Amino acid sequence: MSSIPRQIDQSSSRTTGAAPPGARYYEFRPLNVGRWVIWSIFAIVLLGAPMVFTSSLAHTMLSQMGIAIIVCLSYNMLLGQGGMLSFGHAVYSGLGAFLAIHTLNLVSRGSLPLPVSLVPIVGGLAGMLFAVAFGWVTTKKAATPFAMITLGIGELVWAMSLMFPEFFGGEGGVSGNRVTGPAPLGITFGPQIQLYYLIAVYTFICTALMFAFTRTPLGRMLNAVRDNPERVEFVGYDTQKVRYLSFVIAAFFAGISGGLAALNFEIVTSEVVSGPRSGAYLLFTFLGGATFFFGPILGAILMVLAFVLLSELTKAWLLYLGLVFTFMVMYAPGGIASLIMMNLRVAAFGRFRQLWVSYLALAVTALIVLLGAAAMIEMVYHLKLNAALGPELHFLGVTLDAQGLNSWFGSVFVMLTGLGLFEVTRRHFVRQWGEIQEFIEKETKRRESL
Amino acid sequence: MEFFTISLLNGISYGLLLFMLSSGLTLIFSMMGVLNFAHASFYMLGAYFAFTTAQVVNYWAALLVAPMLVALLGAAFEKYSLRRVHKFGHVPELLITFGLSFIILEMVQLIWGTSAADYRVPATLDGPLFTVYGTQFPIYRGFMMLVAMLMLISLWLVLTRTRIGLVIQAALTHPETVEALGHNVPRVFMLVFGGGAALAGLAGVIGGAAFVTEPGMAGALGPVIFVVVVVGGMGSLAGAFVASLLIGVIQTFAVGTDSSLLGAAATIGWHITPQTFGYALWKLKISQVAPILPYLFLVLMLIFRPKGLLGTREG
Amino acid sequence: MSAVPDSISRADIPYSARTGASSVSQLGAMPPYALELKDLRKSFGKTEIIRGASLAVSAGERIAVIGPNGAGKSTLFNLISGRFAPTSGEVLLNGHRIDGKRPFEINRLGLSRSFQITNIFPKLSVFENLRCGVLWSLGYRYTFLKFLAGLHDANERAEQLLDMIKLHRKRDVLAINLTYAEQRALEIGITIAGGANVILLDEPTAGMSKSETRRFIDLIKEVTVGKTLLTVEHDMGVVFGLADKIAVVVYGEVIAFDRPEAVRANARVQEAYLGSHVADAQVGAR
Repeated sequence: MSSIPRQIDQSSSRTTGAAPPGARYYEFRPLNVGRWVIWSIFAIVLLGAPMVFTSSLAHTMLSQMGIAIIVCLSYNMLLGQGGMLSFGHAVYSGLGAFLAIHTLNLVSRGSLPLPVSLVPIVGGLAGMLFAVAFGWVTTKKAATPFAMITLGIGELVWAMSLMFPEFFGGEGGVSGNRVTGPAPLGITFGPQIQLYYLIAVYTFICTALMFAFTRTPLGRMLNAVRDNPERVEFVGYDTQKVRYLSFVIAAFFAGISGGLAALNFEIVTSEVVSGPRSGAYLLFTFLGGATFFFGPILGAILMVLAFVLLSELTKAWLLYLGLVFTFMVMYAPGGIASLIMMNLRVAAFGRFRQLWVSYLALAVTALIVLLGAAAMIEMVYHLKLNAALGPELHFLGVTLDAQGLNSWFGSVFVMLTGLGLFEVTRRHFVRQWGEIQEFIEKETKRRESL
Repeated sequence: MEFFTISLLNGISYGLLLFMLSSGLTLIFSMMGVLNFAHASFYMLGAYFAFTTAQVVNYWAALLVAPMLVALLGAAFEKYSLRRVHKFGHVPELLITFGLSFIILEMVQLIWGTSAADYRVPATLDGPLFTVYGTQFPIYRGFMMLVAMLMLISLWLVLTRTRIGLVIQAALTHPETVEALGHNVPRVFMLVFGGGAALAGLAGVIGGAAFVTEPGMAGALGPVIFVVVVVGGMGSLAGAFVASLLIGVIQTFAVGTDSSLLGAAATIGWHITPQTFGYALWKLKISQVAPILPYLFLVLMLIFRPKGLLGTREG
Repeated sequence: MSAVPDSISRADIPYSARTGASSVSQLGAMPPYALELKDLRKSFGKTEIIRGASLAVSAGERIAVIGPNGAGKSTLFNLISGRFAPTSGEVLLNGHRIDGKRPFEINRLGLSRSFQITNIFPKLSVFENLRCGVLWSLGYRYTFLKFLAGLHDANERAEQLLDMIKLHRKRDVLAINLTYAEQRALEIGITIAGGANVILLDEPTAGMSKSETRRFIDLIKEVTVGKTLLTVEHDMGVVFGLADKIAVVVYGEVIAFDRPEAVRANARVQEAYLGSHVADAQVGAR
């Protein structure tokens, strides 16, 4: 990409179009500064994050985030870019993890002189191989049947993982030791921070590769298949082949993620190919936003935060997750990424200042509703799961009596008041938003006709 | 011989249960194009509602009350959630039913706990129906088959002999036309969804007592039903019937068979030792393989006959 | 059933003066027909929709396919383009049989079609839509090792198409945001993008106003110079202005295939459109 206008000569032999022969087309492509800036920021964040968050818990979480980013991006290749809803993506990341840990054990035994840093690539190749085998059958159908087939194959592999303890390690899984093999430059990957930087390198490269994929013919035809699979056949492409190849490539990256996970945890159990894990990939990729490239990155970060932090905070975290997901599907199917982009667009047209007061009001009233609902949910969970501790529990600094009428009335009152206020602010917001969208449309049309 | 007969009868009753579930799923799919991921969750809810009702009143009340409760829930979900998502396409519809299944699972664990519920066959239905070759065939299994057949016959009668059934059949393929003719199609959708949920709930009332009632039951049976629907051919009730019976019978037989390839090889004088290549495969007993048989079936069907046994549409 | 009607003999087939290149198969002797249907039949269940349709179109000809509603015109197009497989009969493209082949195989052999209900890629921009249409014909296949931005021939060709269909001002607009007429134009653009020599247009002007239709027909004429064109049309003004020959399809058969004036006078055609006693009166009047 240069900043010089390029002249392109029309090759008249290929076309019988209306343009006169010898016409020249000018392409003006300025240096895409924005893109270089964004990727540099990404690299800097990856490099600098462990220096900002220095606790060992933070380092563990950052490592897991890197792994999650790769697998969620690979999942979105199927979901967001290809329109393929898979309920069995964990098969490929999980099988990649298993093969990686077996390879690691081979390295430990001295049978394979492979540097530990290349073990994830073995995972990627494993994922790819299994996708070559399962993928053809999987991609024979589209949409809903495809989803069911991935579910079936996912269950198949998960059930098989308990039948072959030699490979899958049975109940205890397979463990390994990543401090093994040649240690170039004294890097043993023993300390978490060293492993983090390995993961960061893989994350950056994989993200860049997956982004590059979206700019290739196969990537674009995958989008076309998502939009209109029938039309694709009528421009000369075999739809199933497009899906199949993309499926295999996505599985490759999923396998790399699995390999990194094997190194990170040094143990792989049959949970990595399980149904709930596939469900988690789906849930968080969708939550982050399937329609934008960076959406799954957000989703991956949320996934780690939820599994590590939220689960400690409250026993009801899965219920909250399910509710948030369901509301997202109903009201914001593009995920958090789309919400961000919509607001960026509003800001680009200079109308954001109006909105932020409404957003504040919405947030406050939503918080009130949440407080009331959460208090009730927590009380129920407390009664059910911590009954031995007595009926009192602490909720955000307030002592609630789970069996007392007062606490219940209070929570219901708070929630209902919050709901009422929320509804009022919401209607006002919807009016504002609608007016702004109209304005944006008019502006766009006006600019087009210039 | 005795094993064969008992297993066959058990297999048929299990297959009929599978069909009760997959028929509701197929109806909802045929009419609305949405594959209800939460269908097995409705099954689970039916079992749990029945469990509580049976404790408070009795089993027979549960047989009536539980499916109705599940139907109400299903209809409410259709009206307030699914309808809203309809305009986004099929993927979001599937996703929202996925979300629902998630929420139902958590709520069930919240209200009834994480361990199995002691939902038992009522005393009047407990005991042998008849004895064949020395083994007893329980009354309850016979009762299951009876209820399943009754339900299916009445479903067929409703669809083919009543006016609302006619409207439903028409709306299955041409919802806009039916709406143009003045029928309240959204209400029909809600009815069908609620009806499908009721079927699943009824299956839960019956199946929960025969098998186990625990939070994991939805996750265990859900994928099998989807396999049944795909193997039978998306949108085909007859296909679902055949596939349900087939999978039900085969899986029941498999669970009771303890032989393995190792044993088979031994009968022809071929000794397999742990050192033999592929020993892990040789020593697998068929009963161990039983859980994955439906999925193997799915993969084979997809390779050799992608549109399913009696499938007519592309899904 | 009915073969090529009597009013045509092989010696009469003209190569229209308007055409430049003709579509010549590279693989041997020059076949006389760009597209040929031989006793094509299609049944859906027990109902036979296409009941022995035969047609022979020479390279460079512009054919309008007309007929009463439900005659099977769209079904014929679907059979030719591979959306359905025929129950029996043959479809030949430049002398090679294409019946029973998958749509993408047929497209790669040089036949392209547009759809009655707009069939574009809604979430891609206009430019991307066109580029998707050219990729295979330029040999790029399933590659993921090249960047789209670097494919100069594909980008050039897409730009040319953009100019041809006069949508250069909407280059980066998402296809779903175009007006109806613009979407139809894009539809044509994608259809001709791959450089196919036999083009099937299914009711291209459906839903357009008179002035839009006139402009659109001019566009079609421009972009299909030198190609073999078959269009399904209902607007008789369009038909008589655009077509060299008219094929009349009634109840799944081609009952007439001739120059417009001859078709107008054809008794069977009049009967099909107007009913028998009116047809008798007309015959007397001519």
